[in-house]
Amino acid sequence: MIAAFIQRAIMQGIPLLFGSTGEIITEKSGHLNLGIPGIMYVGGISGVIGSFFYQHSVEQMNPVLAVLIPFGCSLLGSLLMGLIYCFLTVTLRANQNVTGLALTTFGIGVGNFFGGSLTKLSGTGATSIELTQASIYFKTTFPFADKLGWVGTIFFSYGFMVYLAVIIALVAAYVLKRTRIGLQLRAVGENPATADAAGINVNRYKYVATCAGSMIAGLGGLYYVVDYMGVWSNDGFGDRGWLAIALVIFAVWRPNVGILGSFLFGGLYIVHTYIQIPGFGIAEQELFKMLPYVVTIIVLVVTSIREKRESQPPASLGLAYFREER
Amino acid sequence: MKTHDKAHEPLLHIVKRSAPVWWRAWLIRVIAVVAALIFSGVISFLLTGKNPIEIYATMLDGAFGTERRIWNLFQALAMLLCVSLAVTPAFKMRFWNIGAEGQALIGGFAAAACMLKIGDALPNYLLIPLMIICSVVAGAVWAVIPAFFKAKWGTNETLFTLMMNYIAIQLVSYFVQIWAVPAGSGKIGTINPNTMAGWLPEIFGQKYLLNIIIVVALTVLMYIYLKYSKHGYEISVVGESENTARYIGINVKKVILRTMLLSGAICGIAGLLLVAGTDHSITGDTVAGRGFTAIMVSWLAKFNPIYMIVTSFIIVFLQKGAGEIATTLGLNHAFSDIITGIIIFFIIGSEFFINYSIKFREKEAQTK
Repeated sequence: MIAAFIQRAIMQGIPLLFGSTGEIITEKSGHLNLGIPGIMYVGGISGVIGSFFYQHSVEQMNPVLAVLIPFGCSLLGSLLMGLIYCFLTVTLRANQNVTGLALTTFGIGVGNFFGGSLTKLSGTGATSIELTQASIYFKTTFPFADKLGWVGTIFFSYGFMVYLAVIIALVAAYVLKRTRIGLQLRAVGENPATADAAGINVNRYKYVATCAGSMIAGLGGLYYVVDYMGVWSNDGFGDRGWLAIALVIFAVWRPNVGILGSFLFGGLYIVHTYIQIPGFGIAEQELFKMLPYVVTIIVLVVTSIREKRESQPPASLGLAYFREER
Repeated sequence: MKTHDKAHEPLLHIVKRSAPVWWRAWLIRVIAVVAALIFSGVISFLLTGKNPIEIYATMLDGAFGTERRIWNLFQALAMLLCVSLAVTPAFKMRFWNIGAEGQALIGGFAAAACMLKIGDALPNYLLIPLMIICSVVAGAVWAVIPAFFKAKWGTNETLFTLMMNYIAIQLVSYFVQIWAVPAGSGKIGTINPNTMAGWLPEIFGQKYLLNIIIVVALTVLMYIYLKYSKHGYEISVVGESENTARYIGINVKKVILRTMLLSGAICGIAGLLLVAGTDHSITGDTVAGRGFTAIMVSWLAKFNPIYMIVTSFIIVFLQKGAGEIATTLGLNHAFSDIITGIIIFFIIGSEFFINYSIKFREKEAQTK
């Protein structure tokens, strides 16, 4: 049972991990992208749309294409969202919080609208968005997972996107901490004027970081829909996007800490279904769902009180940079 | 900014306008709204295949079609405006209170708790004042917690207030389960449907008129408070520059705490109006995202309470109108969110052209 719990916690945590890795990269460039929840919806629905039309245009689905098409559509959808955000905040220097929130409204709207109307708009006569077939390909896992007992359950029983999430987080952690690109990106987020003076193309870094972050975050939506759920349901993704932003703080802006954090948050999200104490009912579950947010606030307060320099938000987070206003 | 490798001077560069002229600012905003409407029309056409004129006619019908719809429109406008008024003083101080959702919800919850638990024991003339006090205090407490940490240790208020939203939502969901009416149904239905204890009174037989009057009064008061009072002045100074504020002897911490107290208190009133004056019920979704929409309303209006009437009207109109399109065509109601998003993108983008002008390189200008 413990192995099954860990397995489910990890699967719950993966969308958060994608989201928070994307948001960390974005925030390192000095942009607080509150559009992440919307981007994750768009990432999910774009994949669904791609998969839906592919499924209805061919008789027999090719396993490789059945994975690649939703994957590509998801990346494209979230890239477009990232570009909207970048164009408004970097090029037009709009307020990041307002832009981000508008992007979330827009993105959740796009997700629910197409989720609710795709069957009607497409005219294929389908009654619901079935992703069963694509979902099977996404869930394909190591053939030997069953034979290894609990080791197999905990480590080898997932679809490829779970491993992808962990790899992306590790690579992001390495790039941010150990490479020149990461150093320059952090410089842009800490003090864009200084970075500019040092010859770093500030706007290019902001664009690339935000767009890459959006694409990674969008994959979280895709994973949730095609792998974890296997069916789109409106508002099904819930508040996981905000939880991903909370996870950024919990992980003190480090993607590698985010891996463990996401599993922990995933565990907190589902732990109520495993607690069997008399008197622990649906009501108490609601209190349990509060835990990730309470933990995040505690981390936020503690880091601000301790004033440890490594665990602070990027110094110019949320501020637009205009060369002539220095 | 694009730079060319070979050219010494970039193709275009951006200059801040020294003093934005008011008529040009409004012209640009109007152009942005019109462009957004055209763009939304095109999107609607592509998605639905109906001609854009018909779509706008449907939107107008959805917003103003019947007397009932007009009342609903003004009620929705009042509620959104109330939450927007609440966040405005905080924003003017550059305190990013994105926790209005939670503050309003907890305020509404306090009112609902009074109605449920002591609604039968007290007459309405005692119960309603008690509910007002409870809502205001609850909203204020929810707002002051992040303000305290911000003032004392500089804790990031954007993230803190955001998290507080979800704590409020879960807390309310918990009590909804415990106090469910009827028990075990998992939700609170209409509270006190027979005695109507704690329901805000109808004026002239109009259910929503009292809400609207209260919000109009709040709008005027907030305008005066921000523009003519000493507190309002201090808020502007802290917002413009904390160092200046400190230098001229303003107690920044005190201003932060006081302003957030006010912000949370008005959110509490918004919650009260939603629960006692509108729904007569409570769920985790009673505030329905207004806490977030309010941020856009307030910002688009440049934190001016009078302009906020216009910006919240635009958003409420779009939501009602696009909702009507979705209903007539049998599409999903999230359509209104898409349209709202598009309009806001356009208005946000237009601010750039108000504050900055683009200068082309001399040669380019000549060849063109």
